[in-house]
Amino acid sequence: MNFWRKTFAITRKDVISEFRSREIIISVLVFVLLVIVIFNFAFGSTEEVMKLTAPGMLWVTFAFAGVLSLNRSFIMEREENCIEGLMVAPVSREIIYAGKMLGSLIFMLVIEVVALPIFAFLFNLDVLTLPLIVTTLLTTIGFVACGTLFSALAVKTKARELVLPILFLPIIVPIIISAVEASALSLSGKSWSEMASWLQIIGAFDVIFLVVSFWVFNFVIEE
Amino acid sequence: MDSTAGKLAIEVRNVKKSFDERLVLKGIDLAVQSGESVVIFGPNGAGKTTLIKILSTIVTPTSGNVVIDGYDIKRQPDKVRQRIGVVSHNTFLYNNLTGYENLDFYRRLYDVPKDRINAVSEMVGMQTRLHDRISNLSRGMQQRFAIARALLANPHIMLLDEPETGLDQQAISLLWNAFRSDNGVKRTLVLISHNLERGLEIADRLIIISRGKVVYQIARHSIDLAGLKEAYQSNTKVTL
Repeated sequence: MNFWRKTFAITRKDVISEFRSREIIISVLVFVLLVIVIFNFAFGSTEEVMKLTAPGMLWVTFAFAGVLSLNRSFIMEREENCIEGLMVAPVSREIIYAGKMLGSLIFMLVIEVVALPIFAFLFNLDVLTLPLIVTTLLTTIGFVACGTLFSALAVKTKARELVLPILFLPIIVPIIISAVEASALSLSGKSWSEMASWLQIIGAFDVIFLVVSFWVFNFVIEE
Repeated sequence: MDSTAGKLAIEVRNVKKSFDERLVLKGIDLAVQSGESVVIFGPNGAGKTTLIKILSTIVTPTSGNVVIDGYDIKRQPDKVRQRIGVVSHNTFLYNNLTGYENLDFYRRLYDVPKDRINAVSEMVGMQTRLHDRISNLSRGMQQRFAIARALLANPHIMLLDEPETGLDQQAISLLWNAFRSDNGVKRTLVLISHNLERGLEIADRLIIISRGKVVYQIARHSIDLAGLKEAYQSNTKVTL
């Protein structure tokens, strides 16, 4: 109980701080809109091409938007060395990780909730289906679980904006590929059973990323 | 009568810390009595801040033991964190949040009741600015909120790394009144400072660290400013 109360306190603080500055949401949403519009013009509007390219476009957009969002997450903790304020408070490192991860998850989900209907409108595709929503949710959990760890690592370096994508994107490739495949099947109207193997892979990565990140985070934030 | 008198608040035994290949602390031994005020001096790079970070559980020592208020910092860090207040030259405050929101956030982490926010902001004279964003306050006012944050859980032990950054004279005296006592019980203070005069005002004991080692320590009543300056120069090879 204490674990979750303190975890939510950290998440709540991140949400209030972001609500004030809107640094993450605005910059990432502008980026997402720009990418969707550019892809829409680049690939034309035939249904065949759209169905073929849409899953890739969707996950390229979300992956880069996610990196932008994760980059900001720990930068706010470095200003005035707030991370040390968290470290001297009577909370375990796992609580810090869980709180930061939940905050990033909320930001990513807000971005996706805004982006998916725009994507559906511009590409004339039915993306608001349960299989695609489940795929997006599962992928985002794994993405943020791993990204929070790498964000904490990258923020200690001078070239943090560069370091995060270089370290993080290669690790996240399997989950993104699985998400693209599952999304393609979902957009083609295939059944749950045909998507199952990809969803299982995403689920397995979610568990691995969550457990490993939870365990390793302590070493990452220690000096 | 102070019931904590005579008890060890901080016990540091042969603590070493290295970053990569560089040995920053080369075997520090230190014992601080409950209610005692210890001021640590030393040139830049001597290892003072690393020592405070180890006592604050931010940094883990490479070897050696640290026990704070009876709890080992490696085995029971959360118990230690509940008992210490840390103030450094960084405020640990979020610029986008108000003073109240910052204190409310830390209050939740320390599990203390909401009314402590008003109590600590009154202690540092910031109750009228509680709802201003931190980014809109002067450096000195931000530092006052940082002190309020450190006092939220009413800790027995204060670890202070140059806490006077940006404070005016009035705020400095307010600060020391708040730090010294906790409802009549004297707090244990460990202060890092470069200001020898200030150190003499506050300390029960003075310590000089140089190149990762305690090179000099003396009780306050056994030394004056001239003697301290001389000791500092001869032990650190730094000319004042």
